[in-house]
Amino acid sequence: MKENNDKNYIRYIITLTVLIILFAVLILLNIKLGSVDVSVKDIIDILFHRRGNETNYNILWKVRLPRIMASIILGGALALSGFLLQTFFNNPIAGPYVLGISSGSKMMVALVMITILSRYHSVSSASLIAAAFAGAILSMGFVLIISRRVQSVSMLIVCGVMIGYICSAITDIMITFADDANIVNLHNWSLGSFSGTSWRDVGVMASVVLPTSLIVFLMSKPIGAYQLGEGYAKNMGVNIKLFRIMLVLLSSFLCACVTAFAGPISFVGIAVPHLVKSFLRTSKPLIATPLCFLGGSVFCLGCDLIARTLFAPVELSVSTVSSIFGVPIVIYIMLRKRVQ
Amino acid sequence: MNTKYFFNTKKLTVGYNGKPLIKDIEINLKKGQILTLIGPNGSGKSTILKSITKHLKSICGTIYIDNKSIENMSNKDMAQKVAVVLTDRLKTELMTCKDVVATGRYPYTGMLGILSKEDNIQVRNAMELVNAWELRNRDFTEISDGQRQRILLARAICQNPEIIVLDEPTSFLDIHYELELLNILRTLAEERGITVIMSLHELDMAQKVSDLVMCVKGEYITHIGTPKEIFQKELISKLYDLSNGSYNPLFGSFEMERPKGVPMVFVIAGDGTGIAEYRTLQKKRIPFVTGILHKNDIDYQLAQDLASEVFFEKSFEPISEETFQSTLKRMQSCPIVINCLETYGELNIKNKALYEMALRQGKKNLESAAML
Repeated sequence: MKENNDKNYIRYIITLTVLIILFAVLILLNIKLGSVDVSVKDIIDILFHRRGNETNYNILWKVRLPRIMASIILGGALALSGFLLQTFFNNPIAGPYVLGISSGSKMMVALVMITILSRYHSVSSASLIAAAFAGAILSMGFVLIISRRVQSVSMLIVCGVMIGYICSAITDIMITFADDANIVNLHNWSLGSFSGTSWRDVGVMASVVLPTSLIVFLMSKPIGAYQLGEGYAKNMGVNIKLFRIMLVLLSSFLCACVTAFAGPISFVGIAVPHLVKSFLRTSKPLIATPLCFLGGSVFCLGCDLIARTLFAPVELSVSTVSSIFGVPIVIYIMLRKRVQ
Repeated sequence: MNTKYFFNTKKLTVGYNGKPLIKDIEINLKKGQILTLIGPNGSGKSTILKSITKHLKSICGTIYIDNKSIENMSNKDMAQKVAVVLTDRLKTELMTCKDVVATGRYPYTGMLGILSKEDNIQVRNAMELVNAWELRNRDFTEISDGQRQRILLARAICQNPEIIVLDEPTSFLDIHYELELLNILRTLAEERGITVIMSLHELDMAQKVSDLVMCVKGEYITHIGTPKEIFQKELISKLYDLSNGSYNPLFGSFEMERPKGVPMVFVIAGDGTGIAEYRTLQKKRIPFVTGILHKNDIDYQLAQDLASEVFFEKSFEPISEETFQSTLKRMQSCPIVINCLETYGELNIKNKALYEMALRQGKKNLESAAML
């Protein structure tokens, strides 16, 4: 047993190391690459000595760095949200996007943006998060009602996708009838993008997402018990009602934060937890939750890098890139499930 | 409240959504006793078990463990007292068997659920007790049903409970694992004083493993008692509505329906030689008469369930002339005779005479019912 434990720890450490290296490399690339390529020397000067070419200085400090922070925080939040939903529904292909939760948030945020922006010039982050959370809970509520009626999980996913479509359709209608000035903003945002993040946004994100993630981590023990199913979790002393409510609120909230700032980003919530758990060969939340967060950050850093640089100066939406990488993983999981 | 008992229920009524299903259940169990719930499908065995484990809110009445009502017990206290093995099939993801067993330590670990050295020892002991230690690194989804059931039992054991509740624990098991599982339960009851409450489909097993048996059927519990009291022909036949077969308490097993009609075959048997013939005749739906059996003959037990009529003598007595004559008279109406006996002893020598008479009367003499 000792040997096996050691092997497990080695695997955890290797996974962690690989993720950290990827994390660092991707941050560096994200700083360096883009419509303007900044040399490493300039980067060091700008970041550590606060001097250099003013254009580059502004690009780095005002554009790229906040955007990187957004990828890190929101990517982690998405992955964690996916992890929670998979635990909740006991299904590896549950995630905020396929269950329509992201789209629900999107709809409400669009509604709030359009109504408020038509009267005032700006919308506060807090009201956007609140709107996104309301939308997330709305979708989640529908999904939960459906999940009581249908036993099969594939039906649940289909229903989730349908809810997603309805919400997207309503969002499209709203965008169609919105004022011209707002459309540009909304359109970009509704596709999923980290662009235009300010340091103030980053501050709000961090102060909302990080404590929530910490709560998730502290709930590792009941989450682990819940992985054996409700019956056993209850027998182990978990307050099931409270726990289920917490799980729904936390996963919706994390997803809502992402949508409020970056719009719906697809498949991160499924792909990342799956990859991380496969590498770790365990779903123990104590280990899996922090690494899922890190994995989500890495995944989004990578996707955003590709989105920005692949067809520069034209920018893709992050969601486009994350779909291209995420969907094959989802299909793989579904096929493997079938075989079992 | 009765302090003599470790586990008891007072006027317990259980059911779903406030609708009572079974009322006024009174269970009294001492520490280390095994109680088995038997009864037809859908009679409410699981409902009772779920109420005991607090998975289901009981409608009224009280459940006491060690003289404390479980209603006022905290989740943690409850978890340290009662462990369950459920029927639902578990769907785990990337969990080794050891991980699954280790979840049983939940009520004892700290806030993050990290296992201490002591916890690891407990996990190992539990797994060794159910002979599953060698499975520790296997994925839980990749082992057999029998192994899975043992792992779940180990999980319950390392929860260090005083009561283990099992819902149909032998459902997916073959005989080997079934015996093993029940042996382990007996060990737990005897050596660790763990009280076991479970439901079983296999009546023969229930008879062998339980200290107390409760019959669940209908609105009230009609019978609860020792296996000896419960496993009676009448009681069990009524419990399961056996109009199409019968229950034999000595064998602890069920027999198919007795062939109907006018018996055409007479079977001379004894010393267990008749059993195979009786069964063959039953399968072919041929009614038969058999004799002359001693009451302590094993053939007599089965003949009671399958034969249209049985001629018998008191145990340890030679066959009397009176019995012989009445048998002979009955045999006359049967055109076919099957003699299973090859040798005769002092007590049943009259069977030889019976056979000879049959031959003399020109009856069709068959070696076996398979020839019919």
